[in-house]
Amino acid sequence: MTAAPQLWSLRRDRWIRRIGQNWLVAHAALAFGFLYLPILVLVVYSFNQSRFNAVWKGFTLDWYISLLQGGGSLGLLQREGGGLSGGGIMPALQNSLVVAVVATLLATVLGTLLGIAMERFRFPGRPAVEALIYLPIIIPEITMGVSLLVFFTLVFRLVENLTGWRLNLGLPTVIIGHVAFSISFVAVVVRARLVDLDPVLEEAAMDLGANEWKTLWRVTLPLLWPAIFSGALLAFTLSLDDFVVTFFTSGVGATTLPLFVYGMIKFSVTPAINAISTLMLAASLVLVLSSLAVDRDAVRFG
Amino acid sequence: MTTATLPASSTRSQAALLVFLLPATLWLSIFFLLPLGIVLLYSLLGQGGNAGVNWQFTLGNYQQLLTPVYLGIFWRSLGLALLTTVICVLVGYPLAFFIVRQSATWRSLLLLLVIIPFWTNFLVRTYAWIILLRQQGVINTVLESVRLVDAPLPLLFTPLAVTIGLVYGYLPFMVLPLYSTLERFDFTLVEAAQDLGANDLRTFSRVVLPLTSRGIVAGCLLVFIPSVGAFITPDILGGAKTVMVGNLIQNQFLKALNWPLGSALSMALMALILIPVLAYFRVSEQQAGGRV
Repeated sequence: MTAAPQLWSLRRDRWIRRIGQNWLVAHAALAFGFLYLPILVLVVYSFNQSRFNAVWKGFTLDWYISLLQGGGSLGLLQREGGGLSGGGIMPALQNSLVVAVVATLLATVLGTLLGIAMERFRFPGRPAVEALIYLPIIIPEITMGVSLLVFFTLVFRLVENLTGWRLNLGLPTVIIGHVAFSISFVAVVVRARLVDLDPVLEEAAMDLGANEWKTLWRVTLPLLWPAIFSGALLAFTLSLDDFVVTFFTSGVGATTLPLFVYGMIKFSVTPAINAISTLMLAASLVLVLSSLAVDRDAVRFG
Repeated sequence: MTTATLPASSTRSQAALLVFLLPATLWLSIFFLLPLGIVLLYSLLGQGGNAGVNWQFTLGNYQQLLTPVYLGIFWRSLGLALLTTVICVLVGYPLAFFIVRQSATWRSLLLLLVIIPFWTNFLVRTYAWIILLRQQGVINTVLESVRLVDAPLPLLFTPLAVTIGLVYGYLPFMVLPLYSTLERFDFTLVEAAQDLGANDLRTFSRVVLPLTSRGIVAGCLLVFIPSVGAFITPDILGGAKTVMVGNLIQNQFLKALNWPLGSALSMALMALILIPVLAYFRVSEQQAGGRV
């Protein structure tokens, strides 16, 4: 081999590498553009005067104001398969918050206990419980939604036949569904943290005479708070954002914010949707950043 | 000294175990497993009119799934989900690679930019594409103003719109596992390969790609699973020609009120998802076993 071809191939390689690096930068710029352009457009158009066109007609806050002034007039929300569920944005927001707070509290308690059980105890049937934790994460949302609809319908029919009480889908059934899909996420987050925690700390406490509960309160939980908070935040976000399971488990009058927005998108597309979307984006941003403040790795879960 | 290596149960009471374990497992059994079981049961029963069932066992619902109309919708869902997964790999891998090669500050900032969409409302993010794709939407307005097209292109309510929506919705699910595998990848191996005479392309295909394949597989599963069972995206961005299994299930439960058929569809969708997931766990267990 002579030196000349080697030099040539070295140059060629360097040239390819430079193209490769430039290409990577361009690709990343395009990919981030793809991720953020739609969001940016949404925010910008929430301030656009034009009602139907994409042309910029001037700045306005009208769409935000219209949200505050009886959002109910924005769209009469005819749910497919259900009856009319009217009401404005404020009742929907209130429903969403009630559901998210209650579901998060329940799912956080149940999920944390489950995470501790899986990581700190050995028991028969552990693989089955393991499957039970992962199944709700894997299964299609729509399957979960319709199965809860079938379940509640059947149970309510049974109750009515036995006692004469008429039960209906509503906020409680939505909460039950949200807890069911959130428990697993909390348990997974808590377990991930427990793996890194040396069980010796808890065993030492018990060797020193603390019982199971005192150990839980004084040793395990204090060490777990960041993970529990991350899990709770995840549950809260999942609940607040959920559309599919809510769609099948909410009856008339239990319209949450995503259901309200869905109704607007399907039946009366007005720029008010851009305004409400922008507000929801802002709220999500606050949630992500606050979770980052608590635990830098918290938001990585997904 | 030896307590750390002993099974934890040796020092912990069985009563405590029940308190930790029972609440969640009961909740999941009653409000998750039992409903699924009922759907499985319903899928084997005849239709009883108006969302009811006829208590007679039949495989008729599953046979109905094999008719061309339903089979076609299953194929479409599978096709769109696979297309979405492939696009996400092609877009996500170079992106994750780029992020990993940045300095620590840039890395966490760029990663945050990938994560933010994951935490924002899926419905809202999907809706954003309506503004871009519709007749008088942003894309058509721009195309018309620069005289690239004379009449607005029909973009919304097409398979293209659904694919864009799915890629947009699930791209972060691909980038995050790819990032964490690439983050753990030892880049001195690249230098080693090149010292041994491999060029860039060969280094990538023979060293980097095989060693990060686990992240690719994990990312593919995380994208494929929600894509194949998608409901919101085809519902909002799609039209009659882009009906996916999710829309079909919703239709059977809320409009056609044929719950047994809807149940059979749900079970078929679940099977479609569980097969690759179980295969993944089986293979990764074997690999883990082989290494230990």
